[in-house]
Amino acid sequence: MPLVLEPGRSAAHYWRDLWRYRELLSFLAWRDIAVRYKQTAIGVLWAVIRPALTLLVFVAFRRMAGLRQDIVPDVVLVLTAVLPWQFFSSALAEASTSLIGNTGLISKVYFPRLIIPLSAVATAIVDFAITLVMLGVVMAAYGVRPDIRVIALPIFIALCALLALGLGLLLAALTVTYRDFRYVVPFAIQLGLFVSPVAFETSQVPERWRALYALNPLVGIIDGFRWSLLGGRAAIDLTVLAGSVVVTLLSLVVGVWYFRRTERGFADAI
Amino acid sequence: MEPLLSVEGLGKRYRLRHRADDGGYATLRETIAGVLSAPFRGGNVTRAAAAADDFWALRDVNFDVAAGDVVGIIGRNGAGKSTLQKSLSRITEPTAGRVTLDGRVASLLEVGTGFHPELTGRENIFLNGAILGMTRQEIRRNFDSIVAFAEVERFLDTPVKRYSSGMYVRLAFAVAAHLEPDILVIDEVLAVGDAEFQKKSLGKMRDVSRGGRTVLFVSHNMAAVQALCSTALWLDRGKVAASGATPDVISKYLQGASPVDNASGRPRRLGRSIDIGRLTITPNPVGSGGAMDVAITLSAIEPVKIGEVAVLFYSSLETRVAVIDLRAANLPVRLDAGCEWTARATIASLNFVEGDYRVGLFVNSSDFAGDVLDLADLTVHARGHATVAPYAAAHRGFVELDVRIHA
Repeated sequence: MPLVLEPGRSAAHYWRDLWRYRELLSFLAWRDIAVRYKQTAIGVLWAVIRPALTLLVFVAFRRMAGLRQDIVPDVVLVLTAVLPWQFFSSALAEASTSLIGNTGLISKVYFPRLIIPLSAVATAIVDFAITLVMLGVVMAAYGVRPDIRVIALPIFIALCALLALGLGLLLAALTVTYRDFRYVVPFAIQLGLFVSPVAFETSQVPERWRALYALNPLVGIIDGFRWSLLGGRAAIDLTVLAGSVVVTLLSLVVGVWYFRRTERGFADAI
Repeated sequence: MEPLLSVEGLGKRYRLRHRADDGGYATLRETIAGVLSAPFRGGNVTRAAAAADDFWALRDVNFDVAAGDVVGIIGRNGAGKSTLQKSLSRITEPTAGRVTLDGRVASLLEVGTGFHPELTGRENIFLNGAILGMTRQEIRRNFDSIVAFAEVERFLDTPVKRYSSGMYVRLAFAVAAHLEPDILVIDEVLAVGDAEFQKKSLGKMRDVSRGGRTVLFVSHNMAAVQALCSTALWLDRGKVAASGATPDVISKYLQGASPVDNASGRPRRLGRSIDIGRLTITPNPVGSGGAMDVAITLSAIEPVKIGEVAVLFYSSLETRVAVIDLRAANLPVRLDAGCEWTARATIASLNFVEGDYRVGLFVNSSDFAGDVLDLADLTVHARGHATVAPYAAAHRGFVELDVRIHA
């Protein structure tokens, strides 16, 4: 069947093309992973060291702030939140700069541009998988054993990836036109760490702020991680979770919509 | 026969920005300010201003390409060749018209697109192949042939950042040359590597075109277009100026219709008192070894004494190649305000090696003394000659000598 290129027609075969170019997606993700730790002395260990240091700081903080509780060892409690946070923040940061980091490709070759932020998120998933192994080791060392609820973990991982993807698509497309977002995103991520229940638990947030707090979609995701991993020693508020799901879906819809709407101009604007 | 590629009324418009100093990126502040202030501005005024800033890189372009055709696309810098290529390869969306493609298109705007310096040669073959649209099986099937063609067997597992630039380009071209699309769009890929490799790539291109593949070849290199393409298309300022059999189109192109005035069309001011009224080169483009006329007019804004004038020819790297000394053209001269000085010169045989040159002026006057660069571009084309294929222009210096070889 002949392919027709006309103003406004680029949508016609988009999703079919995206599927056809799936191999490129895996190649780009593989490239980013292969390149990431080249010419570093300790290589992939960096994927573990960064969350480990964050963990140390927050455990120390909890001790000083008197937030310590005895239900779950502090190290495990914080690590179950540092992991999804780190996953979310690196996926978002990389997705949002992915387009301007691949200017050469965008202005020289055709392929569905969605591939680029998708591969950035895929790269973050690989790093996350490594830290998940680290979490397993730490939990075993502290004798924390998850129960059947652990089968829900993939749902929360997917939720986290989709949220990062949705926001990442929106920010990546915005960054093509407005380089301002190069400065906004890292700052917003930094702030996000302090308004997410990483160093503390949602139950430690005062009751009357809880509804407002639940607007942060990461609250439901992080609570979900703790709930599924800590074998009933962490509670999850279903309304908070529902809020997270709604915000995630909303960001995905808005992200894909805006990305698709501006995509045809990327090569001209970048 | 149904054409494989059909272009009807194709147009591409770019919006030019007012401010050149911000590098072309909109900032959020400007957009917000623009949106907020829009209701307070007269609608008609803004629309008129926007229309004035439109630039049609392509306008009403029509042509068909049948399966197996090898079509050369020629034209001066900025004629719309790259925009056409980008439109055909789906990188930018057309503003008007329609392109119908009946097959897989692969486009090569630049060899080595997507090469990553940290990855090894082997890794880059796979990455680059995937980026150019090859499947994993296709790459694997062609892998040995790519490596052999690029002559990089020993360095396959070395990061390409340690490659010499020649090896890098060879590898990049080798991957591209093994693409197997129905329609291949390529741009100047032959202008890479050393003479030896160029010969090899030209041979490869010939094989590709003989193999029944449809090829669009975008090039400045008239010799290569002549050698490879059965038909040609000449783009001039976004429109098709001529199309048909290659020799006809090339000769029309070399006769070169539009003489180029100083680039902006505006007079350039020298000091306080002299305007460069006109600097005309005919024909432009010119065939190497052909005759060329240069005409120049300087006009005085205020009374001025002009002592010396020379037309300067520069290479694209700003090496001065030649000058036309105009002291013999009634100089020195004293001009009153509003008066003009004109000189004409004919070059019997412009023995420049083909390529793009720049034209400037040297002026020594009571008010201004010095060089002015970039008044016009001059494109020199190869004349088909000799029994031996010439080396690449980059290896032949600037001057074609009139040589007889006694064997």
